[in-house]
Amino acid sequence: MGSSILLANIGVPGIRNLKAYRASGGYSAVEKALREMTPAQVAQEVTRSGLRGRGGAGFPTGLKWSFLDRKTDKPRYLVCNADESEPGTFKDRFLMDKIPHLLIEGLILSSYALGVNNCYIYIRGEFKYLVGILEKAIREAHQNRFLGEKILGSDFSLNIFVHPGAGAYICGEETALLESLEGKRGNPRIKPPFPAFKGLYGCPTVVNNVETLATVGPIISMGGEEYAKIGKGKSTGTKLISACGNINNPGVYEIEMGLLLDDFIYSPAYCGGIAKGKKLKAVIPGGSSVPILPADLILRTLNGQKRLMTYESLAEGEFASGTMLGSGGFIVFDEDACIVRNTWNLTRFYRHESCGQCSPCREGTSWMENVLYRLEHGSGKLSDIDLLVRVAKNIEGNTICPLGDAAAWPVASAIRHFRHEFEEHVKNA
Amino acid sequence: MLKVTIDNITIDVEEGMTILQAARMIGGKVVPPAMCYYSKLKGTGGKCRTCLVKVAQSSAKDPRPMPKLVASCSTPVQDGMVVQNLTSPEVQEARKGVVEMLLVNHPLDCPVCDQAGECDLQDLSFNYGMEETASEEERREFPVIDIGPFIKLHMNRCILCYRCVYAADQLTSERRHGVMYRGDGSEISTLIANVIDNDFSGNVIDVCPVGALTDKTFRFKSRVWFIKPMDAHRECGRCSGKGTVWMFGNEIYRVTGRKDQYGEVEEFICNECRFEKKELASWTVEGPRKIKRQSVISANHYEKMVQPSIIKPIEGQMIPPQNEL
Ligand SMILES: Cc1cc2nc3c(=O)[nH]c(=O)nc-3n(C[C@H](O)[C@H](O)[C@H](O)COP(=O)(O)O)c2cc1C
Ligand code: SF4
Ligand code: SF4
Ligand code: FES
Repeated sequence: MGSSILLANIGVPGIRNLKAYRASGGYSAVEKALREMTPAQVAQEVTRSGLRGRGGAGFPTGLKWSFLDRKTDKPRYLVCNADESEPGTFKDRFLMDKIPHLLIEGLILSSYALGVNNCYIYIRGEFKYLVGILEKAIREAHQNRFLGEKILGSDFSLNIFVHPGAGAYICGEETALLESLEGKRGNPRIKPPFPAFKGLYGCPTVVNNVETLATVGPIISMGGEEYAKIGKGKSTGTKLISACGNINNPGVYEIEMGLLLDDFIYSPAYCGGIAKGKKLKAVIPGGSSVPILPADLILRTLNGQKRLMTYESLAEGEFASGTMLGSGGFIVFDEDACIVRNTWNLTRFYRHESCGQCSPCREGTSWMENVLYRLEHGSGKLSDIDLLVRVAKNIEGNTICPLGDAAAWPVASAIRHFRHEFEEHVKNA
Repeated sequence: MLKVTIDNITIDVEEGMTILQAARMIGGKVVPPAMCYYSKLKGTGGKCRTCLVKVAQSSAKDPRPMPKLVASCSTPVQDGMVVQNLTSPEVQEARKGVVEMLLVNHPLDCPVCDQAGECDLQDLSFNYGMEETASEEERREFPVIDIGPFIKLHMNRCILCYRCVYAADQLTSERRHGVMYRGDGSEISTLIANVIDNDFSGNVIDVCPVGALTDKTFRFKSRVWFIKPMDAHRECGRCSGKGTVWMFGNEIYRVTGRKDQYGEVEEFICNECRFEKKELASWTVEGPRKIKRQSVISANHYEKMVQPSIIKPIEGQMIPPQNEL
């Protein structure tokens, strides 16, 4: 299952530059679309491809695009979410660094499909070195008439701007991102209205992840139907997975959806097994926000089926015994890892990153961190474990944006599957 | 007109209304508590989460329930929507959780707070039987600061409802304060000390649901339940001149806007009326202010407050009858 679509050409020397990118077939999808296809046909190919958002939620991209309000005469915007700040997730950074023109090509095609003339890349502030790489790619695309006025002699014009954030995970949440892009404090907006109707500067806006948008080029080149043949069921195509933790080969891998999870962890083509010959203890498969699963449940579902790298298979068993594919940040723990310490560490992150706008998240994230600090540092009580479960439950589902859930799930799932470790921490303190 | 049913009571409302506005049209116990929404300030709401309700049926067209509880202050009604507030134990549970969160860092210094007796958080925590929290953690502490010549900020008490931020945006020519930092480190503050001085800046005190922003010309003179609120008016070139004067004998201890049962002022007043007109001769007193809201001031004592009970829905029957509310 060694399908490589996004990363196929990253080994080509000089692929960061337009010349080498062109020589390996780059921008032919733009030429095809602008010369032979209407915007609606481009959008239709994306719908046919079954592509789902790679930012974490897995929402069908074609469907999201169809919601965009086309009835107003206001301008429409496309915003590329390159804020990638979820612990464990580093695939967008890799993609933009290695093959920036793939993203630019995807942005041109998507903007054409959506009738957008101004597109923004909102990039995580810490990725400063990527700003230069992207801006150079944009400059090259302008020089070669893939951007600017009347692209390739068509009626379609587009400008792309790169906008760095100022160091806040919450600005990856799409409405906080839009606030930040407008120059305001990065607080998530209260929905409705949704960005498809009132997004950037109150205008209809689509926000998509880097990987989602980079996939549009290959989809147009091969056709939506061909793309949909790759993968498994409703999880079509390939997915970038950033693997880290106690494994032999940490890094970014492109997998065909449907790969056996077992293979991903143990095959030398991917993680290459657990480092130092240790045993697998647990995995957080989709970035720090998704539930952690112990070794037995991550390899097989509760009813004994081998788990696959798909949205559906990872979610099987829901919260009781399943997790999520999320953004593909695959974090592996070996037998020596301390779940309590790891959970405490995650709560530190969410406490620090909560925007503080809504009470359950603002107060709940700091409360959980305080309690976990005590448990980890030897002054916890047995009753603290149930307290954590209760606080997590009081946050979950009751907040403005999903950061609240993202903070609650790691705690709830760690206690669900590793309660004995929390209890031992209290007893052995 | 759209039809919406809240706790088994069906009414017709106009398109674009929120669930909370519809509930306020019904009135009484079905109205969810609102700590951050303020009908007179655009953009408020959605933050405190005390107004969460369950949407058991999204609309006549789409009878599915909404997957999560929603903030009633910022969710528009749809035709045929069915909402549960008091009739949903899930909502009551979640709200209790929210109230507890609001108290995690609240100092509960009611005995020394001048908002005591007219504090929305005090009323809320009483109603939800949570006068304390299970939290043993240390509370956040901030120094008390002057944010303007007439206004003091006790950040320890602030629940970050953002009302004062919207008030300063919408009522004054220039906002000089705001929310700094983030998460549980968020605080209301000014960049330059003591800068808030503007003809309408005093309204931030009225919109504050707790004792975080207080009137320096009134502080500590008296507990609110010893003084009598009287509606009064005066000729004023800046505002309507319609306020509430709080009197002890013949003395005016302070002046505020006229608050309704939801703790919202009927009209915003100017700083001259609020801070500078403390002589009886400046005002024409109309009579006692009738405060309809269920609170410590109107009930005079805690024990007299009625705890709302959960009303169990009975299939096909309209309960509670409208006249009991
Ligand atoms: C706290 C938080 C952080 C997020 N961070 C990112 C991010 O860094 N990158 C991203 O693409 N999506 C992120 N998302 C998801 C976005 O809100 C949004 O769903 C996504 O950009 C949509 O793109 P997609 O449909 O292509 O996946 C985040 C969401 C939340 C709640
Ligand atoms: S859930 Fe957290 S991050 Fe999201 S709006 Fe509320 S306080 Fe902010
Ligand atoms: S000071 Fe008062 S009005 Fe302002 S945010 Fe805090 S609680 Fe709300
Ligand atoms: S009043 Fe609705 S969330 Fe605060």
